[in-house]
Amino acid sequence: MKILVGYKRVVDYNVRIQVKPDGTGVVTDGVKLSANPFDDIALEEALRLREKGVATEVVVVGIGPADLTAHLRNGLAMGANRAIHVTTADAVQPLTAARVLLKLVEKEQPGLVLLGKQAIDDDANQTGQMLAALWDRPQATFASKVEIADGKATVTREVDAGLETIEVDLPAVVTSDLRLNEPRFIKLPDIMKAKSKPIDVVELASLGVDSGDHLKTTHYAAPAKRSKGVMVKDAAELVAALKQKGLL
Amino acid sequence: MSKILVIAEHLDGKLNPATARAVSAAQAVKPAAIDVLVLADNVAALAAEAAKIDGVSRVLTVERAENAHPLAAVLAPQVAKAAAGYSHVFAPSTTFGKDLAPRVAALLGVAQVSDVMSVEGAHTFKRPIYAGNAIVTVEADPAYTVVATIRTASWPVAASGANSAPVEALALDVALPSHTRYLGLQSGKSDRPDLQSASKVVSGGRGVGSKENFDVIFKLADKLGAAVGASRAAVDAGYVPSDLQVGQTGKIIAPELYMAIGISGAIQHLTGIKDAGTIVAINKDAEAPIFEVADFGLVGDLFKLIPELEQVL
Repeated sequence: MKILVGYKRVVDYNVRIQVKPDGTGVVTDGVKLSANPFDDIALEEALRLREKGVATEVVVVGIGPADLTAHLRNGLAMGANRAIHVTTADAVQPLTAARVLLKLVEKEQPGLVLLGKQAIDDDANQTGQMLAALWDRPQATFASKVEIADGKATVTREVDAGLETIEVDLPAVVTSDLRLNEPRFIKLPDIMKAKSKPIDVVELASLGVDSGDHLKTTHYAAPAKRSKGVMVKDAAELVAALKQKGLL
Repeated sequence: MSKILVIAEHLDGKLNPATARAVSAAQAVKPAAIDVLVLADNVAALAAEAAKIDGVSRVLTVERAENAHPLAAVLAPQVAKAAAGYSHVFAPSTTFGKDLAPRVAALLGVAQVSDVMSVEGAHTFKRPIYAGNAIVTVEADPAYTVVATIRTASWPVAASGANSAPVEALALDVALPSHTRYLGLQSGKSDRPDLQSASKVVSGGRGVGSKENFDVIFKLADKLGAAVGASRAAVDAGYVPSDLQVGQTGKIIAPELYMAIGISGAIQHLTGIKDAGTIVAINKDAEAPIFEVADFGLVGDLFKLIPELEQVL
C-alpha cells in the first residue's frame, strides 16, 4: 500500500507572530519556517505503518514556490521514499489544495492519505475533509490512534465528548491529532541520503484544477490584548476580590 | 436577502448549546430566515428543543437510522442537498462542525470560513489565524453559498423558550455511503458541569505533578460547582483524559471565571481562554506568562494555597 502525506511549510510554531502595522499581513521576512507540526505527525504515522509492513511506500506532497524543495527534502530525510512538489507562486486555499491533492490521488492511487488536522498558519482545518468529499471516500479526522487490517482502518478520534472510534474502508483520508505519535528527529546521515531521493516537480497550472480560492483576506489585525491584572497576596484576598466581582 | 441553514449538533438526545451559539451568529447576519437542520435517528425531542430557540424560523428534520451517530461522510450529502436555496450554512466550530462543514463545502464546491468570531456583513467575517495571534477580515464571494463554522466562545447562547418555530420533516433523496461505520464513544462523563459551557472552570497544568495530585483540582472544582479543565502538558503527562484539554487544539472556552492552577500559560493554552470573563492564575513561578493575562494572580505553592482557598470559600 502506498501512503500519500500532505507536508505543508508554515511559520515555525515557536515564532511570535507579528501583524504588520499596515494590516496587510503578518511578518514572514526572516522568520523561521518549519513543517506544520500536525504534518510531521502524519508523516511519522505513515513511516511507522511502512516499518510495520502495512505500507510499502510513503510519498510526501507539498504545494508552494520553488524554494519549497528544501522543505520537502526534510520530509525525505525523515524517511519518505519520494516527494511531489506542486509548484505555484501563490499560497492556495484549502479547497484548491484539496482539488490538487485529488489530482495526485487519481494518479498515485494511494491506499491511505494522511494529512495534519490543520495547519498552524491559517488554522482552517478543512483540506482533509474536502479531499475525502471530492474523492468520495471516508474521512477519519482528529486521529489519535490508527490500526490497519483487512482493507480497513480503525481510527480513534479525539472529539469534544471523548474518544470516538470509527471503522473506515480503505482508501481513506485520515487527519492527525497531536497525540497520534511523537515524530522522530532527523539524523545527519538521513539528510545525506535524502539528497538522492526523487522529487517530482509538477506545475499547479498543468493539473487543470479550478481555483477554489473564493475568500479574500482584506485586513490583518493584532488580537485585542487582555490587560495584566493585579497580584493578590494570599487566598483570602483572592476570594474577597472574586466575591466583590460577584463571581463567588 | 440571506437565508441561513444552521446544522444542529446533539448527543444522547440533547441539543448541544453550541447550536444556539451558531444561531446567535446567524442572527448577526440579519437574514430573512434562520432554519435549523436536525439530522438524527430520533428527531422529535431534538426538534422540539431547537424550535424554542429565539430567531429560528423553521426546524427541518431528517430522521434516518443512519443518522444515529455524527459521521461526516453520512451527514454531509444530506446537508449539501438540504442547503439548496440557502445563502449560508453554519455549523458550530466544535469537533462535530469542524469534521462535517468542510465536507459539505467541498460537495457544494465552495470555500469555507472557519471559526467565525464576528459578522461584519453578510459576506464579511472576522476569524483568528496563527492560534489567535492575528485576526483577519475575510470576504466570501457572494456568488457562492457561504459555509462557515462558528467559534462558539465568541457567541452567546441564543435565548430559548419564547419561540415555537414550525417543525417540518424533509424528504431528501440521497444515497448514503456505508464505507464509514461508528464503533463507539468512550467519554469521560461525570456529574460535573460540562467544560465547554460551564460558567466556572478550574484547570490544572503540569505543576499539579501527577494523576493522584489532580484530585486537588477536582475537589476545588466541586466546591465551586465548576467544570475541570487541563493544559496540554497535563494531558500529555497522563494526569487527565484528552477531552479536558483547553487550548488551541483542545477546547476553546469562555467561562465567567477561569482558574489556571499550575499552568504556565503557553500561547496555545491562552488561545483557548482569552474570552474568559475573569482569569485567576495560581503558580509558583512569578515569571510565568499566565500572569500577563490573569486578572488576579497569586504566586505560591498550589498544594498550600488550594487548601487555604477552600477554607476561606
